[in-house]
Amino acid sequence: MPGALWWLLLLLPIGSALLITAVLRPYRVASAAVSVFSAGACFMLAVWGVASGAAAPEPVAWLRASDWVVMVAMMLDPLAEVMLLVVTGVGFVIHVFSLGYMSDDPGRSRFFGGLSLFMFSMTGIVVSGNLVMTFIFWELVGVSSYLLIGFWFERPSAAAAANKAFIVNRIGDFGFLLGILAVWGTLGDLGFGPLRAKIEAGALDTAPWLPVFLMALGLFCGAVGKSAQVPLHVWLPDAMEGPTPVSALIHAATMVAAGVYFLCRVFFLIEMSVPALDVIAWTGGATALVAALIAVRQDDIKRVLAYSTVSQLGYMVMAVGLAAPAAAMFHLCTHAFFKALLFLAAGSVIHALHHQQDIWKMGGLRTAMPVTFWTFAAGALALAGCPGLSGFFSKEAILEAAHETASPLLWLGLLTAFLTAFYMSRLAMVAFFGEGRERRAREAKESPAVMVVPLVVLAVLSVVGGGLGIYGVLRGEAAAADAEGHGWLVPALSFLVFAAGVGTGAWLYRDRERDPLRLGALRDKLYFDEVYGATVVAANGRLAQFWDWFDHFVISSLFVRGTGLVAGGVGNACRFLQGVGASGYAFLFAAGAALLLLWAAVR
Amino acid sequence: MSPGLLHYLAVSGLIFLIGLAGVVVRRNIIVVYMCLELMLAAGVLAMVVFSRFLGQTDGQVFVFFIITVAAAEVAVGLALIVALFRARRTTRLDELNTLRF
Amino acid sequence: MDATFFEWVLFWTLAVGAVGFALLVVAGRSPVSSALSLACSMVFGAGLMVQLRAYFIAAVQVLVYAGAVIVLFLFIIMLMDLRAEVGRRRGALGLLAVAVVCVSMAVAGWRALAPLAGGGGPPPAAPDEVRQFGRLLFADNVLPLEVTGVLLLVVMVGVVVLCRPGGADGERGRP
Repeated sequence: MPGALWWLLLLLPIGSALLITAVLRPYRVASAAVSVFSAGACFMLAVWGVASGAAAPEPVAWLRASDWVVMVAMMLDPLAEVMLLVVTGVGFVIHVFSLGYMSDDPGRSRFFGGLSLFMFSMTGIVVSGNLVMTFIFWELVGVSSYLLIGFWFERPSAAAAANKAFIVNRIGDFGFLLGILAVWGTLGDLGFGPLRAKIEAGALDTAPWLPVFLMALGLFCGAVGKSAQVPLHVWLPDAMEGPTPVSALIHAATMVAAGVYFLCRVFFLIEMSVPALDVIAWTGGATALVAALIAVRQDDIKRVLAYSTVSQLGYMVMAVGLAAPAAAMFHLCTHAFFKALLFLAAGSVIHALHHQQDIWKMGGLRTAMPVTFWTFAAGALALAGCPGLSGFFSKEAILEAAHETASPLLWLGLLTAFLTAFYMSRLAMVAFFGEGRERRAREAKESPAVMVVPLVVLAVLSVVGGGLGIYGVLRGEAAAADAEGHGWLVPALSFLVFAAGVGTGAWLYRDRERDPLRLGALRDKLYFDEVYGATVVAANGRLAQFWDWFDHFVISSLFVRGTGLVAGGVGNACRFLQGVGASGYAFLFAAGAALLLLWAAVR
Repeated sequence: MSPGLLHYLAVSGLIFLIGLAGVVVRRNIIVVYMCLELMLAAGVLAMVVFSRFLGQTDGQVFVFFIITVAAAEVAVGLALIVALFRARRTTRLDELNTLRF
Repeated sequence: MDATFFEWVLFWTLAVGAVGFALLVVAGRSPVSSALSLACSMVFGAGLMVQLRAYFIAAVQVLVYAGAVIVLFLFIIMLMDLRAEVGRRRGALGLLAVAVVCVSMAVAGWRALAPLAGGGGPPPAAPDEVRQFGRLLFADNVLPLEVTGVLLLVVMVGVVVLCRPGGADGERGRP
């Protein structure tokens, strides 16, 4: 494939988004067709390009400021190629699924337009060759997620969730921006290639640890926001307000994956600061555990999956922090498969139950929706880490990394794995086994083929995804060779934990009508939202009140109206000068002329 | 010795100052206008004086134009006064204060 | 009785006449007397120009000012049936202020012009001065002359418009 064709990867989705928004708004079928076509074409293009090993296209100069040039450049190493395949592939499957899921929504054109914009932004992050481009697409992802989470904007909760996602991401992005500036300040370049060359040439070897630490931390801040790490994870569960395909897209292929992908992309930079790696690892570990704990006691099927995503993202970030970015990316890929599958399966269930999302009102769907059940089961087992499925391999790779560094994070990871197996079996038991608890659940039917086929495709990927050799590609050929010979301890522990989790879940939730566990703190999400409401939001409100007062009384009254009053008063005081009539003006004129003449005469 | 430059200029200046005083002092708009004409005539006289004492005829050509334009100005000014008088029924300057603050 | 003495007599007569009638313009109670005084002042001024041997301008001054302009003034005064000025006059303070301004201007003017004192009369006029004048006016300055003609035409039209019964607004301005 000619390298220049790579540009199509960006032009197709943005063209589709623009076309739909500008022209095809009223034609819902055409919009959907264009969007799905562009996603499919992107996937084909990515496959073709990766298979033929096409080189990255020539960079184009975009902005010039004296000798500093911002390039539109692509960087296509194995990391980007794997991510590209995952993003376009999973994205395409989700597009197809959306055809069925959104078939009866009046705003379908808007939906597919947003979806195309989302694909454009995410593809941009994946192929971007420098930090400026990454940041721009990063923000574009924020915008498109805002548009899609708030897709049903007439619902106040959806609008609030969209705002929350956007604002929380801004907090992280601020740190990200500072990090980019720090990189530019210390290394004087923003392209990944030049940066890497500079660091390998030893540009940071003599630097004091604090600036490097802060730089790495700034870049990590962006990932904390996008990849929903503690303490900025609060937006992700709320983002479930969007349509389910959007949730799948956000969780599996795009937005949240962007953070982890970016960390791997700039890993050569981050690893220069060991303290930063520690911070990253422990943030990831904490996120994994906290989110898994909360997921145990959620009743909304999508929220369980959302917290599970947060938890798995914590895993990936932890892997980055443990200096194992390949393991992180591996888990990201497998997670993309099975989490997209889980969300789409959940979407299929929700669609069949006419937007019922409470698992305690489901039940017995195993027989009513067999394909959905089996694919969901495959995804759940992969997520729980069932040996032989994709999730087992990738999770094990991360735990192995923790084991190698002898970090206590290994035990934290195992605990999280246990919780993961536990809540997934709970979810499956409650939603799919037993008897239907509601009429809607009893009358549920299998979803149409356009929704089921993507599920099957993703289920196959989830099952075999661990054996596709992704890990080898990511680690590089040399490392792949010795990767085989690691010990038996971690796999054994993983399996034990998996069996214990699934067993406990199945035993505890078999034929239950209500949740046997109380755990109110977990049900209330460990009070994160409440704490933020009482501190950040309240303080912000107070500050806003103060500035409102300031604006009203100081700016508006004192400065604006005060200035006006002074001018008016002076004018009033001086108006007698203007009140003398035409003769008076003539006199003043003559007197002035006389004064000038006198001055000229006596000078 | 015949009357010199200064004598003629003094006459012109006096007429000018008288006209100026009239413009300021008088209230009847037509009389004010006449006083303006007086000032203009004083200027014309000074111009002629300089022209003659410098021995250059150009100044007189200039004066010719000034007189012509002044005549035109008088016509327009008086037309305005007539229009004003129609509208306001007065020629007193101090009663024309609509635009005064 | 030599020519110089005669010139002085002539000068003083004309000067006193011009200034005196100018004073009458300002001091006159009725607009009619002011207008007539203005005409007389103009004629005396024209006399001064004759004494300076600027015959053509003197003639124009008499014709245009004393003839046309003053007639116009008188016509308007009659048309509007203006009487002597009524109502209060200026206060003493105002008159004093005007006087101060005028005197200071005069002083300033005197100080500026004093170095020009003496020196006798103007140089003798060239014998063909009027011919020169005509050449200047109609050959060298023909464009300004034509423009002046256009100006007069415009003024004529403007005056007709302004003096229509409805004023400048035409029929719409009729009450």
